[in-house]
Amino acid sequence: MTTTTQSDSGQPVYTGSGTPTGDEEVVLGFSDVDVRFKTEFGSVHAVKGVDLKVRPGEVVALVGESGSGKSVTSMTAMRLLPRNATIGGQVDVAGKEVGRLKESSMRRLRGNDVAMVFQEPMTALNPVLTVGTQMVESMELHGVARGASAWKRAIELLGMVGIPEPERQMKKYPHELSGGQRQRVVIAIAISCDPKVIIADEPTTALDVTVQADILDLLRSLKDKLNTGILLITHNMGVVADMADRVAVMFKGEIVERGTVEEVLLHPNHDYTKMLLGSVPRMGHGRGQMGISVKEEVDADAPLAIELKNLVIEYQRLGKTPFRAVDDVSFDVRQGEIVGLVGESGSGKSTIGRCALGLIPAASGEFQLLGQNITGMKRGDLKPLRKRIGVIFQDPAASLNPRLPIGECIAEPLVVHKVGDRKSRQQKVYELLDAVQLPREVYNRYPHEVSGGQRQRISVARALTLDPELLVADEPTSALDVSVQARVLKIFSDLQEQFGFACLFISHDLAVIDLLAHKVVVLQNGRVVEAGPRQQIMENPQEDYTQRLIAAAPVPDPLEQGRRRRERHELLLEQGEEIVELKVDGEEFHQSSQAAVVDTGDTKDTKDTEDVDGTDGRASR
Amino acid sequence: MTDSQRPDEPDPTPAASTVEEAYSVEKQIDLSQKSYSQGQLVVRRFFRHKGAMVSLFVLVFITVMAFTSIGYGIIPNWWGKTFYDAGATVDGGRPTLQLWPFQIGEHPFGQDTIGKDYFALTMRGTQRSLIVAFTVGLLSTVIGTVIGAVAGFYRGWVEAILMRVTDLFIIIPLLVLAAVVGKMAEGIWWLALMLSLLTWTGLARLVRGEVLSLREREFVTAAEAIGTGPGRIIFKHILPNTIGTIIVSATLAIAATILLESALSFLGYGVQAPDTSLGLLISTYQNAFLTRPWLFWWPGLMILAIALSVNFLGDGLRDAFDPRQNRTAD
Repeated sequence: MTTTTQSDSGQPVYTGSGTPTGDEEVVLGFSDVDVRFKTEFGSVHAVKGVDLKVRPGEVVALVGESGSGKSVTSMTAMRLLPRNATIGGQVDVAGKEVGRLKESSMRRLRGNDVAMVFQEPMTALNPVLTVGTQMVESMELHGVARGASAWKRAIELLGMVGIPEPERQMKKYPHELSGGQRQRVVIAIAISCDPKVIIADEPTTALDVTVQADILDLLRSLKDKLNTGILLITHNMGVVADMADRVAVMFKGEIVERGTVEEVLLHPNHDYTKMLLGSVPRMGHGRGQMGISVKEEVDADAPLAIELKNLVIEYQRLGKTPFRAVDDVSFDVRQGEIVGLVGESGSGKSTIGRCALGLIPAASGEFQLLGQNITGMKRGDLKPLRKRIGVIFQDPAASLNPRLPIGECIAEPLVVHKVGDRKSRQQKVYELLDAVQLPREVYNRYPHEVSGGQRQRISVARALTLDPELLVADEPTSALDVSVQARVLKIFSDLQEQFGFACLFISHDLAVIDLLAHKVVVLQNGRVVEAGPRQQIMENPQEDYTQRLIAAAPVPDPLEQGRRRRERHELLLEQGEEIVELKVDGEEFHQSSQAAVVDTGDTKDTKDTEDVDGTDGRASR
Repeated sequence: MTDSQRPDEPDPTPAASTVEEAYSVEKQIDLSQKSYSQGQLVVRRFFRHKGAMVSLFVLVFITVMAFTSIGYGIIPNWWGKTFYDAGATVDGGRPTLQLWPFQIGEHPFGQDTIGKDYFALTMRGTQRSLIVAFTVGLLSTVIGTVIGAVAGFYRGWVEAILMRVTDLFIIIPLLVLAAVVGKMAEGIWWLALMLSLLTWTGLARLVRGEVLSLREREFVTAAEAIGTGPGRIIFKHILPNTIGTIIVSATLAIAATILLESALSFLGYGVQAPDTSLGLLISTYQNAFLTRPWLFWWPGLMILAIALSVNFLGDGLRDAFDPRQNRTAD
């Protein structure tokens, strides 16, 4: 999208960061939108006067961290907020004012004019209905097509979003498809009624990085070919750089900065945007970002903390052959070394982590942990070994007992292993709280009283209580906001330098691995694809899969990301893979949608804007 | 209030020394503010529940009156009459309690056929019913919790055996079994014990379900990973998180036991004469319903009041433990 328009004198005039001017067509417009929620503890002001416009064929990214109100803002356009919400301001979708529509017109608007793509395709699709049924349902509800013609149209749509053998997939249930295919089905349903604008709420957050790149390619071709406006809600600056034309940065319910993607990401003005961009680890920049440093040299003949030899881990299944989650994996971790275990979902990386904690037995092979073989070890024998291992899990909200005060949580390993007395334990907890930069007063607080990043710091403290020789960190920062992640990573790397523990760092985020790890092990489907020193893997990957993985990770720089995208497409073609895009022409698509409508003799009701007393500005269901 | 004064405005506070602090999405831990534990929050919500508060008052009032009026053990009595001494029947045993003009009189609840003071009798019955109900509430809760937690945590054959035993207890008609063991049991404490051994099944299933889901949570895995033993995991990490279910279930068990004991005594299998209970009183005087209705109404009202208030208490507790359930849009 251009950021300039022609003035009378023929000189280009800067129009304030590409914001649409008065006479331009707007498919989705928020003006002075204000949302408050009534809760048990008083009113929460979630959105404070947001102005935002989306033009046809344009991607506007609404960026912010958790609690910034970005999702709530988008929900006002669908009028899907819970009953305790009070909405002020005006939302226009395709020229209709949402607050004034009757519920029946509102239902027509959803789907026909505005469609949604949700974060988690597994929950967005109904697990007990087939893909076909759900696609046909949305078309029949909106009078786009009926019966056999709807079925035919659904097959066409699935083909367009790049699902192979669409006839066969129509009869499948959502759980039979992969995550990426499910998200494609959701997108196919979203475009089935040819909406003017699509709201994509974190559409790729739940997906693996290579699948994310594919879905982003698909969404991009959607706006290019169908001229659909897209409101992209995300926290991922890389996705913004890859997709967006314009960006609005939200912080605590307000837009603090807006502009074209180049302006905002390359020359941010607002302190918050600067800080946000400063906390994103960038692929290909390696060490030294965000003030995080790692001791580079690891003693080459330091004793081995973990040594895997042909490890096989199987999950037993009733009446079936066991599922082999980890297949013939060998690598080792030296004392003081951070080894990054990288892979997409289902690669077996977490399974290896759990095996290291003695939570799952190995089926065969050897697992040497701190010099002892733990395969086939008894529970009682494991306990002294566990004293020497710390663990950090992904979700700090789930990994801390909600009924234990924070101090007791951190002291728990001391109590379990009967180390010290009450007084010395408390002293140790205070030291650990200092180490993770939390005030000592949180000792008697409960986990729900602190926020996500602080909770994860508590997890780090608990993992270090017994001065472990080995730390298993399973996606320790994946559930955190970027700015919070930066702080946790900084604390983590400082502590690693200070205590020198070995670490098995499991992550899907290559940029984080690039920042921290000494060695990288890339896993796919339970097997090691490639393993070696960080520099070798990150800068000169040999295997196709590693190359694809690294190419798919987006960076928060639109120019660099554009280049990386082209390079990725070249790589995919080179490797004989397909570049995902909408397999239909824009004109053709709009015509075929129209044709389907004519087929059934149904016309879209255009008289949608009746005034209804009492419903304006109130959420209703 | 003007916009700038709203407490929820974003406030790049001058106190925040760095940009990171000013724009952090993390909560500032307000150390000056009083900290509420989950337990304290529950108590706060509970005290706001009007129905539960009224019920609590009624229940405490009934309990105190039942145990002090005619005395119990070392508790002295202030009523002066006993539930076993017969006297002369005055005015056909009609209640002397009057609301207008207010008077309590000699026999506020009236007298029975042989002239025993009916207030003393009702209080004695209330004592018995409350003792049985609260003992059973406590014991069956402990049994059910332990069996459910062990079954849910260990899975496998332990669970199979425990849950089949539970099923066995469930399929036996409670009233029939209670009648048989009640007949064998001598005295009120035996009755309470027997009833406890029969009524733990529902809670065992509830707790097992909760434990099944809790044991998959990451904090349990984390506890296991640091080497915590199974006993400590169950009692320190899992059960405190099921406390809501347990307490609510216990109150409902108390209410159900009041009714069960009344039913048993009514059938003649519970508390035996000369001792008395609310159910027994009703059973004894069911034929007097038309001629001397107060002999039926007083114990009946007592049962109603206790069962209702305990149920309301359970209701309030459930709302307090699970505020998301049943929230009204006001």
